[in-house]
Amino acid sequence: MPTQERRDDRAFRMSRRKMMRGVAAVLGAIALPAQDAPASVWESFFQKNFRELSPEDLKGVLSRLEKEYSEKYKKAVKVRATPPIEGVSYGYGLDLSRCIGCRRCVYACVEENNQSRDPQIHWIRVLQLNKERGVDLEDAEHYYNPAKVPEKGHFYMPVQCQQCEHPPCVKVCPVQATWKERDGITVVDYNWCIGCRYCMAACPYGARHFNWKKPGLPSAEMNPETHYLGNRPRPVGVVEKCTFCVQRVRNTPGRYTACVEICPVGARKFGNLLDPESEMRYIIENKRVFILKEDLNTRPKFYYFYAT
Amino acid sequence: MKRDRSRHRFFPGMVVLAACLAAGVASSAPSEEKGKVAKPHAAAPAEKQFAVPTPPFTPGIFPCSDCHKEMTPNPKRRELKEEHTNIVLNHAEGQRWCLDCHDTYDRDRLHLVNGQRIRFEESYRLCGQCHGDKYRDWKVGVHGKRTGMWNGEKQYLLCVNCHNPHDPRFKPLKPLPPPVRPGDIR
Repeated sequence: MPTQERRDDRAFRMSRRKMMRGVAAVLGAIALPAQDAPASVWESFFQKNFRELSPEDLKGVLSRLEKEYSEKYKKAVKVRATPPIEGVSYGYGLDLSRCIGCRRCVYACVEENNQSRDPQIHWIRVLQLNKERGVDLEDAEHYYNPAKVPEKGHFYMPVQCQQCEHPPCVKVCPVQATWKERDGITVVDYNWCIGCRYCMAACPYGARHFNWKKPGLPSAEMNPETHYLGNRPRPVGVVEKCTFCVQRVRNTPGRYTACVEICPVGARKFGNLLDPESEMRYIIENKRVFILKEDLNTRPKFYYFYAT
Repeated sequence: MKRDRSRHRFFPGMVVLAACLAAGVASSAPSEEKGKVAKPHAAAPAEKQFAVPTPPFTPGIFPCSDCHKEMTPNPKRRELKEEHTNIVLNHAEGQRWCLDCHDTYDRDRLHLVNGQRIRFEESYRLCGQCHGDKYRDWKVGVHGKRTGMWNGEKQYLLCVNCHNPHDPRFKPLKPLPPPVRPGDIR
């Protein structure tokens, strides 16, 4: 075999395998933080998934983030990781007979939850629908901008994360960076998210949003009361979503969500589905209630209703 | 006869037992409960108190008695030509005028149909006389805006904080700006 001999004689033989090894090594080295990177970068690089953190690890992570954000935004930022309250499953009600489409909720949410101002990210989208056609999403318009709302012949339907009992977004995440908590809130670990955006494709409600650019969040407008799984500042390249203001509602006593607090017509309702005395139970038991895209079996805990 | 006697013995026993129980319950009840029980009620059952803000009076207009105490009340239904001309009634005006809700003799209070005088802070009871369905929903936090703590203390708004009682339809608002179209995001 003359050819074989000739090959073996060569001092260095480049095979496909060797080539791939080299490429992987170089890429791996590039992906690692630089030699002179601060310790916190190394720590965040090797940080585990939120659900695998030991209590001590979690403490370290929270204090590291607090330090990082406080320096960046020049104010004392609190990052908490308050766990779910036992015996609570959050439900949300939205009275379609009241909503006038004023979008106060959209911007209250942006302020409370530290969304990027530029490029703009909104967790709530208010749809303007035609009274004659009813809830026909093909006919929805969310760029409406008249001088005054409500406009004649229209009604308004705000859409945000429906906090599904069977969340399709959680099913598709390849790295388990998003999950449903015991109180029914679907959350994202921004440090674990790889930005593949499968969850955005899976969500039938358009409730997930991607940070295509570094979020533009002015220090003065930054809300320093944050939750690790909620409104803490996000890095570029991760997905974010409504968390029912997890930083507020997991306290005892816990405030209503920012959108409930701002709504000038009182169309937004929030409560514990497991508490027979809550307003949500009253609504479900006494009003005409529907859920969005019921046929998909996502079982939202966001109930649209008509109070009259 | 024997059965009768035993019944006689049984009855006083029950009375004593009941009295003891009642005394025990009364003494163990929290003090605010006792206060409530002690309050005399005319006919209507106790109305639950709601945490409400102060009514949205025009600045300087309350107490009404500041001006009205000098005047002799005129209960005759008429159009007001000198004072309060800015109030245009647009609320079943054919069937209503000022003194159907405002009290004729105590100008700092309102009155219900049964004649009971109520403070302006309790005006929801007045509205609830006609709008019973809304009143029912409001009490449980479904009609109107209820803020505060979802699992704690709550703040209500009075009907009149959102609805002008003289012209109750909710007024249209200017919407906040629409979202940027994806094509315009740079």
